Amino acid sequence: MGIVDNVLSDGLGGLSHNVITGRIEDLVKWARSRSSWPASFGLACCAIEMMATGAAHYDISRFGMEVFRASPRQADIMIVAGRVSQKMAPVLRQVYDQMMEPKWVISMGVCASSGGMFNNYAIVQGVDQIVPVDVYAPGCPPTPETLIHAIETLHGLIESGEIMRRRDLTGAGADIHVEEIPATSTPVLLGSS
Amino acid sequence: MLLSELNRMSSHLLFMATNGMDLGAVSMMIYGWREREEVLRFFQKVTGLRMNHNFIRPGGLAADLPAGWRDDVLRLLDMLPDRLEEYDVLMTGQPIWRERLQGVGVITPTEALALGATGPILRSTGVEWDLRRDMPYLRYDEVDFDVVVGTYGDAFDRYAIRLNEIRESMGIVRQILDRMPSGDYRIQDKKVTPPPRARIDESMEALIHHFKIFTEGFRVPEGEVYVGIESPRGEIGCYIASDGSPTPYRMHMRAPSFVNIQCLPHMMRGGLVADAVAVISSVDPVLGEVDR
Amino acid sequence: MSDQATNEGTEMSADEGSELHGCPLVDSRGQEVLHVPRDRYTEVLRALTDEGYAMCVDLTAVDYSRFMDRDLPEGIEPERFEVVVNLLDISNRRRLRVRVQVPESDPVVPTLFDLHPGTEAMEREVYDMFGISFSDHPDPSRILMPEDWIGHPLRKDYETGSIPVQFKGAPT
Repeated sequence: MGIVDNVLSDGLGGLSHNVITGRIEDLVKWARSRSSWPASFGLACCAIEMMATGAAHYDISRFGMEVFRASPRQADIMIVAGRVSQKMAPVLRQVYDQMMEPKWVISMGVCASSGGMFNNYAIVQGVDQIVPVDVYAPGCPPTPETLIHAIETLHGLIESGEIMRRRDLTGAGADIHVEEIPATSTPVLLGSS
Repeated sequence: MLLSELNRMSSHLLFMATNGMDLGAVSMMIYGWREREEVLRFFQKVTGLRMNHNFIRPGGLAADLPAGWRDDVLRLLDMLPDRLEEYDVLMTGQPIWRERLQGVGVITPTEALALGATGPILRSTGVEWDLRRDMPYLRYDEVDFDVVVGTYGDAFDRYAIRLNEIRESMGIVRQILDRMPSGDYRIQDKKVTPPPRARIDESMEALIHHFKIFTEGFRVPEGEVYVGIESPRGEIGCYIASDGSPTPYRMHMRAPSFVNIQCLPHMMRGGLVADAVAVISSVDPVLGEVDR
Repeated sequence: MSDQATNEGTEMSADEGSELHGCPLVDSRGQEVLHVPRDRYTEVLRALTDEGYAMCVDLTAVDYSRFMDRDLPEGIEPERFEVVVNLLDISNRRRLRVRVQVPESDPVVPTLFDLHPGTEAMEREVYDMFGISFSDHPDPSRILMPEDWIGHPLRKDYETGSIPVQFKGAPT
């Protein structure tokens, strides 16, 4: 591996295998899927299994996810672990709204996915009534293996871009749009008078 | 009883983990979970599930213990004392840890009793009250164990009580291992327990019987009853009123955290804001019990 | 754990005639139950506290609207609601259960807050779930359900199951 003195004359080939070329989209997808930080949203017994997934034996940091963020603004994936009571529903939605795009939701356990055994007045019958869910993890509670499988599935979806395509088609999820803002005044030049 | 003691251990280990994490000892969390994982592996072997076992049922257990369970428990018991020593080194004797917990979140025995607090919170104030000893259920009157009590009613006492209760529980488990009787794992009352699986395959009546129990259940006499047991966090009580039908007319669970959490304002009064985390964590609330 | 419930098949007639503070004391599956009239509720509870039942472990309620012909001692009229208080005497290791009949037309019970501050959350829970109010309670608000919830879910005439999502302030 020699050091390239002049890229213009030697070309990128001179960098040998220090460089991987690829599309920027792929790079973004790869980065997103490998460092998706979860927002801890533990609500019931599933939260214990979620914590177990984060601990030594199952070691969620293998997937770049060990940083459970308490602030929704720093998180990418919301793992809804446990039954969502009617009182918690607005809070959950608020946390979801505060998360930065792109954001994903894993509904962990039957109670979060469909109300589970609690078909009654107190529990929201499926968290997908409140937030768009990307992956459902079954089980009562799901074992850490199940949760890891759900996370892997989500990573696969992120990497293939499947989730974004679906959102474009159905308009699900929060609205991402790029808006061109026309220059209205003379640009401010920095560093010169 | 073996299972409930093991579950107590796993719960207290979880407390060690979360208490450590809440106070900034993040590596403690990893250690606590590591040990808990060992206990859970035994549960998975016995019940097939890590949590929510639904294993203790009317009339006995759902299944017999698997072959080799004794060795598994013994391995657990051999491993844990060393790990608990590690906790002692890491936290109990460590000046920062003591500084954060000692004298923080103090509650007096009078306050604790008036607020209905049970479990480690009540015991940390020096009140010797453990339903396992004072109102024995199962076979707790036949085993020998100490009720761990504190003196000052502060967060450190509550931590130390839980750590030592793990040791007491291990002692109980050892005694159970010595005296575990052989025999059936459930009573053979055809009204309460379903027929064995093998009989269902060959006998139509057994299949109907099985079906009856799992769809309709059995009728219980009219009346009402309250039974309380000592859970890791305090007294879990179950109040059932029956109108004589197979389903309870009214069932109310007395959740320990729901009551214990009322102590928080009293513990925090006059303390520092930074200590609030230590106080909340030392109560070890399960919020699933509080927000039911 | 289930020994008491399964082994003792006797009906509650063990010591039918006994009384405590002028209230009928009956035996329910080996446990002592005291039926207290509502107007003497605080008075009897205070006397019991002095007697050693210093800890109020649990306070709950039952809606007996579909089970009005239940077994009650002489002189106690069955009403729709019943407030059940579990007391504990830790020095003598005994429990006592107090049952109070509460009529549907006037579901008000005096609070135990002055006697047992620990009942604060439990009384709020009973109010939330059954709509039984506790007079002179320091904070008689809902505790489990959202504040704008309509109805009291554990009443027997409250519909359960498939209820539309009811919450405020969140964009859907």
